[in-house]
Amino acid sequence: MGDNIQELTVEELRAKVGTGMEIENAEEHMLLSMGPQHPSTHGVLRLLVELDGESIVNLAPDIGFLHTGVEKTMESKTYTKALVMTDRLDYLSPMSNNLGYILAVEKLLGVEPTPRAQTIRIILTEMARIASHLVWLGTHALDMAAMSVFLYCFREREYILDVFEMVAGQRMMVSYFRPGGLWRDVPDEFEPAIRQFLDFFPAKIADYEALLKNNPIWLDRTKGIGVVTAEQAMDWGMTGPSLRGSGVNWDIRKAQPYSGYETYEFDVPVGTDGDVYARYRCRMQEMWESLRIIRQAMDRLKKGPINIDNRKIVPPPRSELGHSMEAVIHHFKLWTEGFNAPVGYVYQSVESPRGEFACYLRGDGGPKPARVHFRTPSYVHVASLPIMSKGVFVADLVSIIGSIDIVLGEIDR
Amino acid sequence: MNADQRVVEKIKAAFPDAIEETNTFRGEQTLFIRKERLKGVCQLLKKDPHLSYKFLSDICADDYLPEFPRFAVSYHLYSYDNNHRLRLRVWVDDPEEGPETVGTVWAIGSWLEMEVWDLMGIRFQGNTHLRRLFLPEDWQGHPLRKDYPLGYEEVQFSFNWQEVDAKKPYAQE
Repeated sequence: MGDNIQELTVEELRAKVGTGMEIENAEEHMLLSMGPQHPSTHGVLRLLVELDGESIVNLAPDIGFLHTGVEKTMESKTYTKALVMTDRLDYLSPMSNNLGYILAVEKLLGVEPTPRAQTIRIILTEMARIASHLVWLGTHALDMAAMSVFLYCFREREYILDVFEMVAGQRMMVSYFRPGGLWRDVPDEFEPAIRQFLDFFPAKIADYEALLKNNPIWLDRTKGIGVVTAEQAMDWGMTGPSLRGSGVNWDIRKAQPYSGYETYEFDVPVGTDGDVYARYRCRMQEMWESLRIIRQAMDRLKKGPINIDNRKIVPPPRSELGHSMEAVIHHFKLWTEGFNAPVGYVYQSVESPRGEFACYLRGDGGPKPARVHFRTPSYVHVASLPIMSKGVFVADLVSIIGSIDIVLGEIDR
Repeated sequence: MNADQRVVEKIKAAFPDAIEETNTFRGEQTLFIRKERLKGVCQLLKKDPHLSYKFLSDICADDYLPEFPRFAVSYHLYSYDNNHRLRLRVWVDDPEEGPETVGTVWAIGSWLEMEVWDLMGIRFQGNTHLRRLFLPEDWQGHPLRKDYPLGYEEVQFSFNWQEVDAKKPYAQE
C-alpha cells in the first residue's frame, strides 16, 4: 500500500455511505473496525462501524480480501476447464455453482441434458442446499453461543460430503456437472446412501429445531432484529431465503424453473416479519422441502444415458477409443482445443442456497468464453447490511450477518 | 400481446428514440438503449404499474476491444408481477463517460456499479460512491479489460504486437 492511503474518518464514512438520517451527538461517535479477522464475520469481511455508545449509527462493508480474479482467469480457459473455478466461488455449495455455470454453457450451446442427468443434478444440488444450510445453522447458532447445534450440524454435513466424495471423488470442489451431462454415472452405492440419508435426516432437523425453537435466548436475539420490509428487500436486490423472510414469495425454482424443477411438488416457505427469526424459519423449512424433492427424484431415477449423444461437446467413452479412429479424434479435439460455442450472450439464474446465483456468459465463436460474470447473492446481500443494522447493538450485528448467510468466496470472486 | 412486445411498445410510447435495436437470443430479450435515455427508461420500467421491473438482478460490462464502441454495459432486470426478464444494453465509447447511475432508481444500483467501475473502469455519471472495492485503493488499471495482462505476460494483440514482441524472452543464439 502506498503512503498516501489513509484510513477513513467518521465524516468521510458518512459521506461515502450517506444515510440521510439525522445524526445527533456526532462528535461523540467512535469508529470501530470489525474484522477482517473476526470469527463472526464468516470469513474475511471487514465492517467499518460508526457507533454511538453501543448502537450502530452507520456501517460500511469493506470487501476484497479474497479477490482471486476468477472471472478474468476463466476467460483464458476452455468452457470445460473453466468449470473448476466455479467450485471456489461459494465453497459451501459448489454443486449449485456448477449447475449455474453449466446451465449457462448449455443454454449458449442450445443443448438439453438427458433426463437421468437432470434428476441426478437435482438430487445433488438439493443435497448441497441441505449441507450449506447446515453450515449456516451451525455457525449462526455458534455466533449466538449455542455451541451444541454446531457440532450436530457438522456431523450430518459430513455424511453429505461423503456422498459427494462417492460420486465426484472430491468432498467439496466437486466439478461434477459437465457441459452436456455429468462427469460419470453415480456408483451403485449412491442410491442406498441417499435412501439412508432420507431415513435418518428428518429426525435430525427435528432435533435442531427442538434445540432452538423455544430457546428464550435464541428468540430474544433473533425476533425483531434486522428487520427488512418487502419493499426494501426488493429494492436492495435481496433474493433467496433473505427475500422470502420478508414475505415475498419468489423462488427461481418455481418462477423460472430449470433442470425440470417444474415437475416436482414442493412448497416455498415464506416468512412475514422480515427479521432474523423469519429468515431462520425459512431456511429450516427449506431443508424439509429439499428432502421432499430428493425423495421424488429418487423415485424417478431410471437407468439411462447420463450424457447427450453429441461428440462435439461430450468426449466419447473410454471403451470406444480402442477401436474407433473417429472417437480418438473427438477425444483429442475436445481435450486440446475444446468445443466452440456460438456468438451471443446468455444469462442463467439458479436458486442457490443463498439466493439468486446467475451466470452471464458471452461466447465469441471460439472455445473460450469471451466474458464470464457471476451475479452472486452474497455480494448483493452485503450491500443491505447498513439498512438492516441501523440502530441495533453490536452484538445484534453478529446475528444479522449470520442471518443473510454470506460466503466471502463468492463476494470477492 | 406478450411481455416482450409490451415492454418495447411502452418504451417507444414514452421515449421514441430510446431503443436502438432489439434482439432475442435463446429466448432472452435484449434492448439496446441510447445512453442518454437509459435513466429515463429505467425509471419508466420500474414505476409503470404494467411493467414494474422492481428487481435489478445484475449489472455487468463487456469489453469488445478492438471494436468501437468498445464497452457494453448490461442491466438484467426482472419483473415479479409479469415473471419476465429483460436485458438492457448500453454502448459506451469512452469509459470515463459511462451511463448515468441507476442507483437512484434501484437502491442496489450504485453497489453493483461499484464492481463494474473497479474491474472494468466504467465511470457511471452521478454515482458518488465509486471506489476500489475488490482491489487495493492504489491499484493501477482495471483487470477485466481485454488489454490488461493475465498474470506476468502481457496479452499480444495485433495493435500491440511489436511492443510485446520486443519484450519477449526469446532464446539467444
